Amino acid sequence: MPVVPSIAVEELRVVRGETVALDGVSLRVSAGRVTGLLGPSGSGKSTLLRAIVGVQRIASGRVTVLGQPAGSSQLRAHLGYVTQAPSVYPDLSVRENLRYFARIVGVTRERVDEVIDTVGLADVGGRVVGRLSGGQRARVSLATALLHDPELLVLDEPTVGLDPVLRRDLWETFHALADRDRTLLVSSHVMDEADRCDDLLLLRDGRLLAAGTPQELREQTGTRELESVFLRLIEARA
Amino acid sequence: MNGRAASATTIRVLTQLRRDPRTIGLIVVVPCVLEILLKEIFSGRPDVFQHVGAPLLGLFPFISMFVVTSVTMLRERTSGTLERLMTMPLAKIDVLLGYAAAFALVAVVQAIVVSLLAFGPLGLEVAGPRAAVVGLAVANATLGMALGLFVSAFATTEFQAVQFMPALVFPQLLLCGLFVARDDMANWLQWISAALPLVYAYDALARVARGGGYGSPFILDVAVTLGVVVLALALAAATLRRRTA
Repeated sequence: MPVVPSIAVEELRVVRGETVALDGVSLRVSAGRVTGLLGPSGSGKSTLLRAIVGVQRIASGRVTVLGQPAGSSQLRAHLGYVTQAPSVYPDLSVRENLRYFARIVGVTRERVDEVIDTVGLADVGGRVVGRLSGGQRARVSLATALLHDPELLVLDEPTVGLDPVLRRDLWETFHALADRDRTLLVSSHVMDEADRCDDLLLLRDGRLLAAGTPQELREQTGTRELESVFLRLIEARA
Repeated sequence: MNGRAASATTIRVLTQLRRDPRTIGLIVVVPCVLEILLKEIFSGRPDVFQHVGAPLLGLFPFISMFVVTSVTMLRERTSGTLERLMTMPLAKIDVLLGYAAAFALVAVVQAIVVSLLAFGPLGLEVAGPRAAVVGLAVANATLGMALGLFVSAFATTEFQAVQFMPALVFPQLLLCGLFVARDDMANWLQWISAALPLVYAYDALARVARGGGYGSPFILDVAVTLGVVVLALALAAATLRRRTA
């Protein structure tokens, strides 16, 4: 099992407006693994991911990504980030969207067709994104982050609203990437996705509740269901 | 800077426009209709049309580019695409230069069409070279575009962005010398107008229309206009934040 951390977060504190979004979070994300960031909505998942990709203003603490401070310009070529709301151009077709981002990261048109295949959108490649379903739009956004085959993929709820078959396929894609030594950090608010991850980070109210493999967390709490793992951990804190 | 990212952005913005033929139509047709209206309302006083027709060739592109770019850029800021771009290998100015080039191209088309109409069927005459009028019209459009890109940072909704037009454009129209010559204004108004970029753009056009004096005042007008374009683009780049709260 590789132990080189791709991401190291130390005592991260983020204040958004009046609220403390993250309150002293420290964690590690291992290279070449699929790490799930789980927690209810409003727990600070998106804020944490934003801090890792370097677009979040932070109050204090340190975030190191691939050995560099988060947000440094050398990192941008090695990072793929998918926001929760699909951030693509609704008035362009799937292929036009991807070709734009492909030019920026410097990959070929063939690569555009490859990633369209990967996310299962080959049959709607010429369609305008604004006319696609929410799930299809989310996949266009995901495809964009895959273009340059980045070392680290940060995905904010990439499987929301997708049908079960597609969800399974995407998780297989994530693991295939991890098998090629890519690191994935995937957030989700549904616990049934937890079992698909190699490692888990449980976040609640801006604090890290627990971290470990699904198996470790089960043993720690003495429960079989991951859903109850969360409950046990919360109750233990209270 | 990354020329590839800038040119990619230009192509992307033009593709978006191509998918929106109604906007292109409005950008090109509206100034033509207004120029025709202007000719007709002054049918009894053709000298007035001859006096303001050429400067207005430059003011229409200024206004339409200001509105279009401020809304487009605001969309980029609010839709998450800008945040995504900020995590990618490109400089902030690349995005803006890409936008600038795309809209400058649209402005060239707009200025040429309106000028052809004005100098042709409408019979507008200018003492200076017509090409200079077209060139200055494009410079005006570029100025409107650069200011639009910049002010989009201060709007959080499209309603606000659109309101910037009456707030920032109309005062400049009133004070630029179109309605009342600047020399006839109260002293304090002259001082204010001296600080408004559109005043210089208008002045340059008026000079070409009159055909008089391409000396230092004209050079100053053009220099200020282009200088403000560069300044506004630089300020707009400064408002693009990689990190936000």
